Amino acid sequence: MAEFPTELRYLKSHEWVKQEGDVVIVGISDHAQDALGDVVYVELPEVGAEFQAGDEIAVVESVKAASDIYAPVAGTVVEVNAQLEDSPELVNEAPYADGWFFKIKVSDSTAVESLLTAKQYQALCEAEEH
Amino acid sequence: MPFVPHTPNDERIMLASIGVTSIEALFDEIPQALRSGELKQTPSGISEMELLRTMNERARLDEMHLSFIGAGAYEHHIPSAVWDLVGRGEFMTAYTPYQAEASQGTLQLIYEFQTMMTRLLQMEVANASVYDGATAMAEAILMAIRANKKNKSRRVLVAGDINPAYIEACQVIVRNQGIELKVQGFNEDSGVIGLAGEPGEFAALVVSYPNYFGCLPDVDALTDWCHENGALMVGVVNPTAMALLKPPGEWGKEGADIAVGEGQPLGIPVSSGGPYLGFMCCKQAIVRQMPGRIIGRTSDVDGRDGFALTLQAREQHIRRAKATSNICTNQGLLVTAATIYLSLLGDVGLRSVAIRSHQGLQQLLRNLESTGKIKTRFSGPCFHEAAIELPIPAREVLPLMAEQGILGGYDLGLSFRALENCLLVNVTETKTEQDLALYGTTLLNALEAKGC
Repeated sequence: MAEFPTELRYLKSHEWVKQEGDVVIVGISDHAQDALGDVVYVELPEVGAEFQAGDEIAVVESVKAASDIYAPVAGTVVEVNAQLEDSPELVNEAPYADGWFFKIKVSDSTAVESLLTAKQYQALCEAEEH
Repeated sequence: MPFVPHTPNDERIMLASIGVTSIEALFDEIPQALRSGELKQTPSGISEMELLRTMNERARLDEMHLSFIGAGAYEHHIPSAVWDLVGRGEFMTAYTPYQAEASQGTLQLIYEFQTMMTRLLQMEVANASVYDGATAMAEAILMAIRANKKNKSRRVLVAGDINPAYIEACQVIVRNQGIELKVQGFNEDSGVIGLAGEPGEFAALVVSYPNYFGCLPDVDALTDWCHENGALMVGVVNPTAMALLKPPGEWGKEGADIAVGEGQPLGIPVSSGGPYLGFMCCKQAIVRQMPGRIIGRTSDVDGRDGFALTLQAREQHIRRAKATSNICTNQGLLVTAATIYLSLLGDVGLRSVAIRSHQGLQQLLRNLESTGKIKTRFSGPCFHEAAIELPIPAREVLPLMAEQGILGGYDLGLSFRALENCLLVNVTETKTEQDLALYGTTLLNALEAKGC
């Protein structure tokens, strides 16, 4: 059974977002990593690059497929998870912890509030499965 | 399932069942401006008998001459075993099937080809090939733009001493993708590009080694210049030359990032322009941006060696519109020929082909210069091809030489107006000392007939 931590916000494209002041941490959900299968590669953005909400920002590649990751909110990339370069399996092992993708300094710190709650996202995932 | 095309009746039934009036109507959503329209230059079909007759007549024209034309395609000796083996049904009719792993023999052969190319070029990874040298260069340009994430530029600096046909093919392929190629002129005395003055904003630099004139640009300095200026280095190389010259993986401090070229010299005959094969290698760090198929070695459940398509998430059957390229074909049969050729010659054999070719050219140039009428156009060392300068336009002597059974070289005036007195001449190991002497006397006779 996939986990949906309640302190996080989600996108229907399966990214999770955790806000820490004006920085948000982004990764993909437990549900998403399970659906993708073994993650073999993550293409991360450049630190310093600017993105609008909805822009393609990263790519996650599993043995089955390659999927785009979208910027959940507008802002500037301040850090990427360099560990994923050599250990992409962290995305499968700890999607909400060591498997995070990148951090964005947000231009509008209230933007996160408009994203899905854990409950809303979980309902969406369950609907997808049926 | 029969492997025959649809009959007009099949087409009618299929169109009717989806409610479309014509095949043309299926393409309605593509704007008119983007369509090529009717292929007016293409003649309608002819019968097998007419075709065989035409092609035999053309083939006879190929056989008659002693050829000194290179300019991108090079006549080397091909051991008879190469095409004898390539012609076997197992290779000749095999196509990488859609369950590629069922064809372990084909995959192993491609894997060995990739291994040979990486060793020859001293690069980390190779793909299974693309169409030819020119498309390999175009794919390298597209790849460099994708791979160079630090540099947002969509401009690429292209050395003006690269084969003009390659530059033209690249322009056609990249111009509708918002990519600008800036062609950097070459030095009139040395025939090579120097360091590009101001860095500018370029995602990559493309350099040919040897270049179109057979000359050798300073690839170490150019590679370092590239890396100091945030650009990727793309080398277009002659594979035979790599047995003798410094391979791209060793250029400068960090080596070239991408190396491509025309594989024809490796066991493929010069036959009216093709089919040839393009090879493509790169650094491991950017392999996910490389187009085409890549074969990897793995092991099966019983621990036996096996081969599989790898990194397929780059490819169009998975990535669709975001694939690294819509090239997914490799030149399987030509790759087979190149792999057998390289395995028969080995590193020692290929090196002696390169040395013999280089020495033959040096001999020819000495013979010609001793006449006092003919000069080597550019200074600096050459591999197996050089531009020679005549007192009169090259186009005036070539027909006279052809009458004597010699194709004297490529008329550089066709590509560079300032070089109309120059012939691009190639010598390979196939030319004997007698051939070289005959070339000299035939050219001198032609010049004399023109009053020189």
